[in-house]
Amino acid sequence: MKLTLVGTSHKLAPVEVREQVALGADEASKLAHRLAGDDREAAVLSTCNRTELYIVGGEEADAIAELERVGGRPLAPYLYRLGDEAAALHLFRVAAGLDSMVPGEGEILGQVRAAYEAGACGPVLDRLFRGALHAGRKARAETAIGESPSSVSAAAAALAQQVFGELEGRRVLIVGAGKVGELAARNLISRGAEVAFVANRSSDRAAELARKLASEPLPLEDVAGELERADVVVSSTSAAGFVLTRAAVEDGIRGRKGAPLFLIDLAVPRDVEPSVGMLDGCFLYDIDDLEAVVAESLTGRHREAERAEGIVAAEARRFRDWQASLDVVPAIASLREHAEAIRTAELAKAEGRLGGLSESERRTVDSLTSQIVNKLLHGPIVRAKEAAALEGVGYAEALRHLFGLDEDARDGHPRRLPGQ
Amino acid sequence: MAEFLFWPALLAYGEAAVAYAGNVRYPGLGRLATWGVRAGWIMQTALLVVQAYRADGFPWDTWAGSLNLFVWLVVGGYLVWGCKPRYRLLGLAVMPFAALVLAASYLGGGADADGSGQFSTAFLVLHVGLVLAAFAGLTLAAALGGLYLWEERALKLRRPGLLRLRAPSLLTLEALGWRTVAVALPLLTFGMVAGFVHRAALDPQIVVTLVAWALYAGFLIAHPRGRRAAHLQLAGFALVLTAPLGLLLTHLS
Repeated sequence: MKLTLVGTSHKLAPVEVREQVALGADEASKLAHRLAGDDREAAVLSTCNRTELYIVGGEEADAIAELERVGGRPLAPYLYRLGDEAAALHLFRVAAGLDSMVPGEGEILGQVRAAYEAGACGPVLDRLFRGALHAGRKARAETAIGESPSSVSAAAAALAQQVFGELEGRRVLIVGAGKVGELAARNLISRGAEVAFVANRSSDRAAELARKLASEPLPLEDVAGELERADVVVSSTSAAGFVLTRAAVEDGIRGRKGAPLFLIDLAVPRDVEPSVGMLDGCFLYDIDDLEAVVAESLTGRHREAERAEGIVAAEARRFRDWQASLDVVPAIASLREHAEAIRTAELAKAEGRLGGLSESERRTVDSLTSQIVNKLLHGPIVRAKEAAALEGVGYAEALRHLFGLDEDARDGHPRRLPGQ
Repeated sequence: MAEFLFWPALLAYGEAAVAYAGNVRYPGLGRLATWGVRAGWIMQTALLVVQAYRADGFPWDTWAGSLNLFVWLVVGGYLVWGCKPRYRLLGLAVMPFAALVLAASYLGGGADADGSGQFSTAFLVLHVGLVLAAFAGLTLAAALGGLYLWEERALKLRRPGLLRLRAPSLLTLEALGWRTVAVALPLLTFGMVAGFVHRAALDPQIVVTLVAWALYAGFLIAHPRGRRAAHLQLAGFALVLTAPLGLLLTHLS
């Protein structure tokens, strides 16, 4: 059962091409079921960075034709085609985030799962996708590839976690109702924090963002007064001067009894007086600091990616071994049947000589002959499975040739027995 | 036999210390460090069992013997949660210290198997055991305090690579430090009471221990936050260190 992958991604195709072949969840599912059928399997992975068709038992040309039909244009220069182990390794790398624009990004694992669930998967694709999900999880668990932040807002949230641990129940104060602040707020919310107030010069915009974030609006002048109760402050106004001066923050944190306060200044020009970062218990990061964290973390991700490659390659080899063993399974089954047929035939021939045996003695003879057959076959079967992983189907063919298994199967007759 | 167990333990602790240092740059080494800690602790446990088996009484009555038991308690306490990936930086503080103290114990004859115990009463054994267990806990608390100060400084200085080190959060370190002292102080209290029951006298070592006790008791009651808490944990540890020094001087005189 040959596994084939046909697809395009951000590495080969510009966004103008990718958007033409991008499929929604329903369309992807329908395409997968259209490509599958009888003993064929198919799954479609479509994200903003890639559209890939995984097929088993089908024709590569059909898959390419389907993709070109979806894109409405020839796609040859943008396509890659991979088979069996290379296709498996590719999907495992994709699931681990190693083929993503930002190595280790977490969204792709969910997208691979969605493709698996919506696909028309049989035994091969089932094993392939489950292996990919396992490899993706393992790469993230055993390396730090997915841990470090890849955007300024994610870096801000990760640093807040470095101070507070879990952000569950931590109070966030948003100063400035712009998009940048909202993005940072959403990142903090996704990690369990709650936005207590949104302060802005324009009360309408403060109220609007507060409604979106399930919090309350606050006049800009009252920000310092709320510092006593806030854990994280995100500031991103377009004010020309400092919105939070050292004196105001010093006043505001007096009642905190040493509890830390994390301030994120995303504004240019800056909103928070830099010397605030020197106050005991205050941690201040501006946009440059956060960008440095992101740059460092991306370098770290590339380093971790090397380790994750090893994990993914090992998982892909396991899939290859399993897939190779599929080729030898029918030969092994035929061999077992062949041996069993000989055993029962020989027992039948000896029936006359065994007539004097009691029922218990007959069972003993039956069990004994079974054990002899099993022991004789055990070694060759184990070695055939091992060899299949290393040398492909050659061993299965040798097995068929040596025992004459195909000759029996071809004419549909019972297996030919020695001496018959 | 004791030599046979001592060297693997020391080597394993040393390996863990080196691997923890390497882990800062190459995160894959963290596992090697963890196995070093585990293997070393098992070896040292076996060493202590052999010593206990061969001794007539309590075999860790010398200053060197006490250090041997102390290291075992410190590493045992660290093993409770220290081997989690998030706490590997703590190992960088604990394991070199453990390896050095164990080596010092060996040089002083604390790892010998032929030492016979002088302590005859259960109260004294209880006293030494509990005080050493408390000191081990306070050592770990100091390591947590040290890690807190280092991490707080890294955050203040906005070091971009901090997140890559996968250190515990500041509040986690703070809470864990307080809880460790909360467990260690009752042990110290009972250990001191057992000592007083046996011999009600004041010497410099007892005075230092009493001062340390008062400091930690104040720490638990006041429950300070942040840098102040970390500084107190380190100050308390400095006192804890001077107590065995007093013991050493007592033995030498």
